Order: sequence, then C-alpha cells, then structure tokens
Amino acid sequence: MSDRVGSERIDVRKTYKLYIGGAFPRSESGRTYEVSGSDGGFLANAALGSRKDARDGVVAARKAFPGWSAATAYNRGQVLYRVAELLEGRRAQFVDQLRAGEGLAAKEAEATVSAAIDRWVWYAGWSDKISQVAGSVNSVAGPYFDFSIPVPTGVVAVLAPQESSLLGLVSVLAPVIVSGNAAVVVASEAAPLPAVTLSEVLATSDVPGGVVNILTGRTGEIAPHLAAHMDVNAIDLAGASADLAADLERAAADNVKRIVRRPLAQPDWRAEPSTARLLSFLETKTVWHPIGV
Amino acid sequence: MTWDYAPAPESRDIVALRSSYGLFINGEWSDPLDGDAFKTINPATEEVLAEVSTAGERDVDRAVAAARAAYTKVWGPMPGAERAKYIFRIARIMAERSRELAVLETLDNGKPIRESRDVDVPTAAAHFFYYAGWADKLGYAGHGPNPRALGVAAQVIPWNFPLLMLAWKIAPALACGNTVVLKPAETTPLTALLFADICRQADLPPGVVNIITGAGATGAALVGHGDVDKVAFTGSTDVGKAIARVVAGTRKKVTLELGGKAANVVFDDAPLDQAVEGIVNGIFFNQGHVCCAGSRLLVQESIADALLDRLKRRLATLRLGDPLDKNTDIGAINSPEQLARIRELSDVGDAEGAQRWSPPCELPAQGYWFPPTIFTGVSQSHRIAREEIFGPVLSVLTFRTPQEAVEKANNTPYGLSAGVWTEKGSRILWMADQLRAGVVWANTFNRFDPASPFGGFKESGFGREGGRHGLEAYLDV
Repeated sequence: MSDRVGSERIDVRKTYKLYIGGAFPRSESGRTYEVSGSDGGFLANAALGSRKDARDGVVAARKAFPGWSAATAYNRGQVLYRVAELLEGRRAQFVDQLRAGEGLAAKEAEATVSAAIDRWVWYAGWSDKISQVAGSVNSVAGPYFDFSIPVPTGVVAVLAPQESSLLGLVSVLAPVIVSGNAAVVVASEAAPLPAVTLSEVLATSDVPGGVVNILTGRTGEIAPHLAAHMDVNAIDLAGASADLAADLERAAADNVKRIVRRPLAQPDWRAEPSTARLLSFLETKTVWHPIGV
Repeated sequence: MTWDYAPAPESRDIVALRSSYGLFINGEWSDPLDGDAFKTINPATEEVLAEVSTAGERDVDRAVAAARAAYTKVWGPMPGAERAKYIFRIARIMAERSRELAVLETLDNGKPIRESRDVDVPTAAAHFFYYAGWADKLGYAGHGPNPRALGVAAQVIPWNFPLLMLAWKIAPALACGNTVVLKPAETTPLTALLFADICRQADLPPGVVNIITGAGATGAALVGHGDVDKVAFTGSTDVGKAIARVVAGTRKKVTLELGGKAANVVFDDAPLDQAVEGIVNGIFFNQGHVCCAGSRLLVQESIADALLDRLKRRLATLRLGDPLDKNTDIGAINSPEQLARIRELSDVGDAEGAQRWSPPCELPAQGYWFPPTIFTGVSQSHRIAREEIFGPVLSVLTFRTPQEAVEKANNTPYGLSAGVWTEKGSRILWMADQLRAGVVWANTFNRFDPASPFGGFKESGFGREGGRHGLEAYLDV
C-alpha cells in the first residue's frame, strides 16, 4: 500500500459483450456504441449487435431448447432460484449501474434491485405449479381419458423494456424461461449494462448455455430480424416503439408467431405480475386415450 | 359372395329452402346495400340450392354497428345467468331441429349424412350447451375474479364443418358476453343462415348474433373493420397469416386455427385392426377436409406391409356416393376449386415418384368426387408429405425407431394434431410428450368434445377452442 501513496489507483474496467450460447463474444460486426449515464457522461462501449448476432442467438436458443424444456419443472425452479441467489450476491454492482444508467437515487436503486431479485424467486416458484393451474382433465362425453397440459412454445424473442433496464428485463425474461422456453433478448438500448451484468449472473448460475441469449445494440436494427426469423416461435414487444411494433407484428405473421403486444402505457414493473406473460409462451397440449379393458 | 346395399337416402323434405337469402343483421333479414349475390350449390349434384347475398363494406358496417349496440345496451350489461339461458335455448333448439340441420349441412357441404347427423350437429349443439353453463361462472375459469368481455367479435369460418365451426365460434363468444358478426364460407352458408332462424326462435336480442355472407372480400372487410375488438378465424394458414398482418398494430385480440399435416404414428405392437380403423377415420372422415386429418401415416417398417394390406382391404369396403344415403362413407368434394387442388397435389405425388393406389371405386357422373387414395413410397421431401392436401389422400412413410418417428412427425411447420398407436403405456406418454402438436390422439383419432381444448402449435395457429381454455379467447385477460 505504501508504494502507492500519492498515486490514485486506476481501476480495471469491464468490456461489455454479448451473451450467446453461454459464451461472451463481441459483436461479429466488430461494432460498439457509446453508453452514457443519465448525466450524459461516458459509461462504457457496448457491443452493437448485428443481424448475424441475432441469428447466432436464435441458433443457440434452438439448440438449448430440447434440454431445457425436458428438464424437470423442479429443476428449472431450482435454477431460477439460484439466479436470485447470485443476483443478491452482486447487489451492489447492480445498484451502482442503476444509479449511473437510470439516474435512480440510492434508495430507489436498492428497492429496484430487491424487486428484481424477488421477481426471480416469484417465477421460480411457478415452475412446478403452472401446469396445475393452467392444465386440466377434461370431462368428455365418452370413454376417454382426456387431459390438457401447458408446454413451452419454443424459442422466444424478447425486446426488453427500454426504461426499466433491470427490473423490466427480469420481469419479461423470467416468465419466458421458467416454463422451458429459450430466449433471445434485446436489452434496453440506452441502458444495456445491467443486462450484460445479468448475463454474467446467468452464466455463473446453473442456467444452461443458450437458454438465455442477450444482445445489446439498436432495438430497431436487431428486432426486425428476430420478428421475421422463421425459427423464432414467439416475440414479446415490451421494448418496441409504437412505429416499430406494428412492423414487427406484420413480420411475425410470416410463421404465425405468438405475440405479446407493446403495452399502451409503461407498466409499473414493481407491481406483482400476473400469470399472463407466463401463459403467453405456453401451448396447451391435449391428449386423448380410450378407457377400456 | 357379395353384399349389395339397397339405397337408403335420407329425405330432404325436412329442409325448406328459400330461393334467396339476405343478410341477418340486428335480428332482421335485409338485402345487401352495395353487394352482389352468388349461388350455393350441392357439390354432389351441382344443383343450385339457393342464391345468397354478398355483404359489401357498408353491410359489414351495419352488422358491426348492430353488434356494438347490442353489446353496449343489452348483452354486455346482462347478468351471466340470463345470457346462459339464451344459450341453453339455442342448444335445445339445435337439438330439436337436428335432422333439418343435418340434411341441410349434407346438401350444402357434400358430407355423408351419417357424419352430419352423428357428429357435426350433435357436437355443435353440445358446444352451446357446454358454454351456456360457463356464462355465469366466468370468475372461476382462472382468468381472474371478474373477467370482462372484449366487445364485438368478427368471426370467419371455413366450409368443412360449417355448423360445428359456427358453434365453436359463437358459443364461447356469447357466454363471455361478446356480440358477434359471423361470416360463413361462401360455398357453405346455408346452415349459418338457418342458425339465424334458431336465434329468432330463441328470442335472442337483436344484434347479438349477426350473420353476413360473402367471399374473401367480405371476410377481409369484417376482420379489418375499425370497431371490431376480436378476430377469430378458422381456415387456411395463408389467409391466417394475411389476417395477422391486417390486425398488426391494432388492439384486436386474435385467435387463429389454421392448417395441419398430422402424423399418425403406428408402432409394431399396435392393435392393427383398431389402428386401421383409426387411420381410415383419420384421413377419410369428411373426405379428408379436416385441418387435423391424419394425412401422414408413419408406420414402423417391420409391420408396414401387413398394415397396408389390411388398410387396402378396408378401403375397398368404403362406400362413396350420394351423401344423403345413410350407408355412404365418402361424400362429395366440397367445390371444384378444392377438387382441382387435390388433383394437382396428387399429380405431383405421381410426378415425384410416389406410388398411388385407390380401391376400385366408381365415381358419380355429376358433382365433385375424388376416390380414397393412398400414396406409398413417400419421402419427407415430397410435397404430398409437406403440404396440406385437404382431401382423401394419405401419404405413407415408414420409420424404424421411436426417435425417428418423432423426428419425422415433428418435421413440419404445422403442429395441430398427431396420432399414436401402440399397446405400451410408457411409450404413449413419451410420444405424447415429444410430439409438437396441440392435440395428441393415442389409440384413437379425430375425437372432438366441447370440454376438450383444441388448437395448434407453430403455423397451425394460436389460441384454443373448447373447454375452460376456450374462454380465454373471448375475455380481456
């Protein structure tokens, strides 16, 4: 220590990268964009994701889907809970990022991170309960055993909310993956850093690589490629602008994607969610079998 | 020794057809304002049955306005228990007039009277009876304690099950408190127009149900109308995609029930005679005009020859002909356009190298007919293995392992239904889990029930019809 008296230590800064297939690549385009704090000052250069990055994300998600959707619901619940545990451990880092990126006061940033952690816990609990709530045994008029169960839709593109860069992101991501879907997320364009840090949490928790893929960059540039991608089964337009949303919905029609529309007003992400988002990315499968001797 | 059947035609006297029909808007019949008219024919005889109105944009406007007024003033505010009684009435009247409905359906559609009498009409009536009971219990349906209706529903239905699809659309919509404007298919409008008379007999308040007829342009005007809150469509995947584009950027809630190319998977331990019946029911029910038809037979290689022998023997016993005859198994193809489509894809099957087989089968001179047909030697890349033919044409593929069966079954952009035939319970459940389809029939096929949710994965559409799940499509949740 004494050696350094009189000279302030220069900190080691982080390179903010994409998160695809469990790895942290730079954008294949080699591009970055400058991320500013709420005060306009320089925070970091984030990767400026490209069409190719989006397609790589979809490939990784498709590859991860069979394994993740076949995992037991109990196991997926454990994994989501583990994410909450690790997020708790890195609370200070997220608080700092929210203060810098969203301009939140200390108390507000603390409360937001707490809510994000609690959101993972809330959804973790749904993993082995949603099929009991959303499924049914159906009383058909004949000698058949007939039941309906919710199963995951597949690969889901998620445009994370622009304003709420951590809590909003968690609120749209957790309901997608808890049921066994794989996600390709486009982070908040102006405040992408908490999403990148979250990807580091995901990488060190037990979420298998490819289940969550996180892209940073221009929503308007990346989203049309995800909306039109024939191997994406559903899209959440939470973070789309009004103009963009209509175009994305039209593109999504090409393979009959399930769509969660852009909200009319910015939701209060701190409020307890309903099961609506969770159910939006589930398909009801009905199975019939005769009863007889 | 051969057995000949004496003709056993159902009498058509029970049906009183008018020479022309207007539009049913706000509880009254009216002529189209700027529309035209078209003829609907009996596809088994090419006889003109009636002239039907084409609703133009101004007619769509009138119908939506009537539905809006009825929603705001009458149906929306009405307690669920009272709505329920109207819907129960409809169910009862449909049952009372079931023979009339069945004969009319067979005349207009070409399907065998055995099917319209035993499946279409009773299942349609049951659908109303089922959803009537939900009208005052919506708070228990798992969509929140006080779920609200959406408003005006625009509903466009296909020609393969005209009355049954009407029931699938109208029953849950009304139970949830919505009012509807329904457009039946242009080749099969007559049972929907008769349903208007059932609404009259039930004293249903004017404007709660409006029936407008016409072709694609009428449907497009309806789903694109600015004062519609909900769009429900059953039909082709292409039209479904076009509708999804039209509603993009609006707040309209949409459900789509589109095409399919279902795999019917038969394992080597399957009860073969039952499987043969299931295969026949899967692809030749309703002339194969079924979105969830088992149009791809996947049979385990070791039993392929034995199964095909039995299947061919069974097909030779199918009776094709007068749909009104109670012994008829295969009726008429619904329209010359559909017949052309079936012929085209079958010719492609020949050209691509598959082997076509049909039983000896005499086709009537009048009307539109296609014999029950099997293609063997089909590979996954053949168009007859990939595209929906929507006719009595079965493509046969083989597999060796369960894993291969799953991969082949799921290798399609569709995901509406699938079938599994095996005696092994654990394999049934494994297959049911692996198949990416909205309905899996195990050791049975083509079963439908009002209490059982129906609908597809992937490009077969989204949303469910039937059961508690079917309510969600008509509630603001």
